[in-house]
Amino acid sequence: MIVTYLIISILIGATLFFNKNKTLNYILICLFLVVQCIFTAYVCWHYNETSANYFTFDSLGIIMLVTATIISIPAVFHSYIYIEESEEMTPHSRGTYFGALTLLITAVSASYLANHIAVVWIFTELTTLSASALIYHHRNKLALEGTWKYVFICAISITFVFIGILFLSLSFANAGSDDLSYKNLLANSSLLNLPWLRLAFLFIFTGFTAKLGLFPMFTAGVDAKDKAPGPAAALLSSIVMCMGFVGIFRFYVIIANTPLLHWASLVIGIAAFLSLFIAAVYMIKVKNIKRMMAYSSVEHMGLVMLGIAAGGIGYYAAILHIVLHSFIKASLFFQYNQLYKVYKNKNIYQLGNYFKYNTTGAMVVLFAFISVTAMPPSGMFVSEFLIFRSMFEANQLILLIVVLLLLTFIIWAFAKNIFRILFIPAVNFDESKVPQISQWRSLSQFVLIGGAAYLGLNPPLLFVDLINESIKFLPH
Amino acid sequence: MLHVLLIIFLISLFYLSIANRMTTYINVLALQGVLLFFVAFMELKSINTVNLILILLETVIFKSLAVPLFLKYILKRNHITREAEPFLPNFVSLIITTVIVITTIILSNTMEEGKLDKMFFVVALSTLFTGLYFIASRRKIITHVMGYLVIENGVFVLSLAVGNEMPMLVNLGIMLDIFASVLILGIFLNKIGDVFKDIDVSQLTNLKDY
Repeated sequence: MIVTYLIISILIGATLFFNKNKTLNYILICLFLVVQCIFTAYVCWHYNETSANYFTFDSLGIIMLVTATIISIPAVFHSYIYIEESEEMTPHSRGTYFGALTLLITAVSASYLANHIAVVWIFTELTTLSASALIYHHRNKLALEGTWKYVFICAISITFVFIGILFLSLSFANAGSDDLSYKNLLANSSLLNLPWLRLAFLFIFTGFTAKLGLFPMFTAGVDAKDKAPGPAAALLSSIVMCMGFVGIFRFYVIIANTPLLHWASLVIGIAAFLSLFIAAVYMIKVKNIKRMMAYSSVEHMGLVMLGIAAGGIGYYAAILHIVLHSFIKASLFFQYNQLYKVYKNKNIYQLGNYFKYNTTGAMVVLFAFISVTAMPPSGMFVSEFLIFRSMFEANQLILLIVVLLLLTFIIWAFAKNIFRILFIPAVNFDESKVPQISQWRSLSQFVLIGGAAYLGLNPPLLFVDLINESIKFLPH
Repeated sequence: MLHVLLIIFLISLFYLSIANRMTTYINVLALQGVLLFFVAFMELKSINTVNLILILLETVIFKSLAVPLFLKYILKRNHITREAEPFLPNFVSLIITTVIVITTIILSNTMEEGKLDKMFFVVALSTLFTGLYFIASRRKIITHVMGYLVIENGVFVLSLAVGNEMPMLVNLGIMLDIFASVLILGIFLNKIGDVFKDIDVSQLTNLKDY
């Protein structure tokens, strides 16, 4: 089944790439969404089965795949609005955009389900390729700079992951088997050679941070989200980040069953704390709203990885948090296009009084702000609270206090900028040219934010079971 | 003989660290491709023939012919000057490369493992870090690309060390080589050269937070 899915999706992507006809373009992209939904349903129906040897439909894969499918539907819808309203649109750029979008969603979905570390790596390469086409959509100097930085840093990071895989194979040499699937590694985790495993973890972790948006390699992602069109940036800050998380998490599960557990948690914890610190510093001085949202993603990934490092309930909270963050951050980036349409600017000082010009859109920004800063009625409050609890239980009180202090800075900076956009009148802004924006365009954002609140406050039993199933091999 | 080849590979890194001209960089990259060809030929004994031919073709055709010719073409097309323009003097570069090599030798001695030939480990890791150092210390964007190609050569050495047991990993390494080089060089050829007239990293600082 997965082979059929990959072939159909890649064919659709390739046709989109070469096609110049508008109607055919949108028929094909809708067809892709149908294929994606059918595939997701099939995967959920065949829980825990293995397909084509290298793909297992396990619980973590299902959680992430369903998240990706839910986000990709509004992403295509907003891409349609974005492309059709764009002044510089040509049939060629439209084809490239939708072809790359299809390829990105396909590659990310396949990498969630891959059960072999090398297969995950291959699909990670594919996401770099498709994401670079999306980032370069505007074809100007700044977009080129963003694309170049993204491609270069991602190329180095996938090289790092590859070195990590080589070290892993050396570490595994004693086991007398050359099968590097996660299942086999986990079964033979006692035979792994520890010094090599240490090196392998360092390289694989550093490599995947480029996709996850964590400390050493986060810069590429921030530039990419700044230059990519809004709907593409939404995908980069949600499903691509989930892919980086899956890459690290699956390997961490293996490490957690060796004596290196505490060392690995320490490494993750340091990287996570530094990410939070950097996010706090940049959030205070940032003036570009898109970059501010990108740094907020860095902050949330720091929190997710702090949950992983603390252990216990933190594992559960981390997976919950990354799913909720995907929904919220995607809706913020979808909303960004309406904001840009009103003001034709992304400098925070040039925006203002958004409630007056687009009330529904302003409501989305306000609700998303409440969610992203984890204020109580939102779903992310629950996951963030659980992460803090896990740190408390792990006796990391000083770290917890510092983290809370940094979060205060971040919330202050975020609130200052968002309230300026929503309520304070913009300077020198010509009101006569404000376009009317249909309220229905905000519907998907409300659904995503509401869904996140529902999942956080009253998670369905099935969802809880799936998360618990994903973390069952971790020590409790 | 295998060790002699690997040591020549290591010496080529020292030579790169003090090289001044862009053509020297390209020639050294081509030389490294030829060295990798012989290393692969000697090391991969128990691999099947078709796979071995693929690997050998990749080293000779891709690494030591296609990529250097392509780089020369880019230099000519974009009128890139001959000087490498490092941020640091060559003497400092040489010292830093030496420190990198010595550190990896010390690191390799702390790893107790019989299966891997330590020479491969030392050469691969020092190539990796020297490549990263080249990227950090050179001013031109094209030298960054060359630094990346040096890193890829280092990774290839490491993949050869495990190639007998896991030929799949060598093939993946080849895939990485071709994919990343084509992507990076392709962007470079098509876009960067046309848009940025003087190719210098100081031009890539327009994405800012404010």
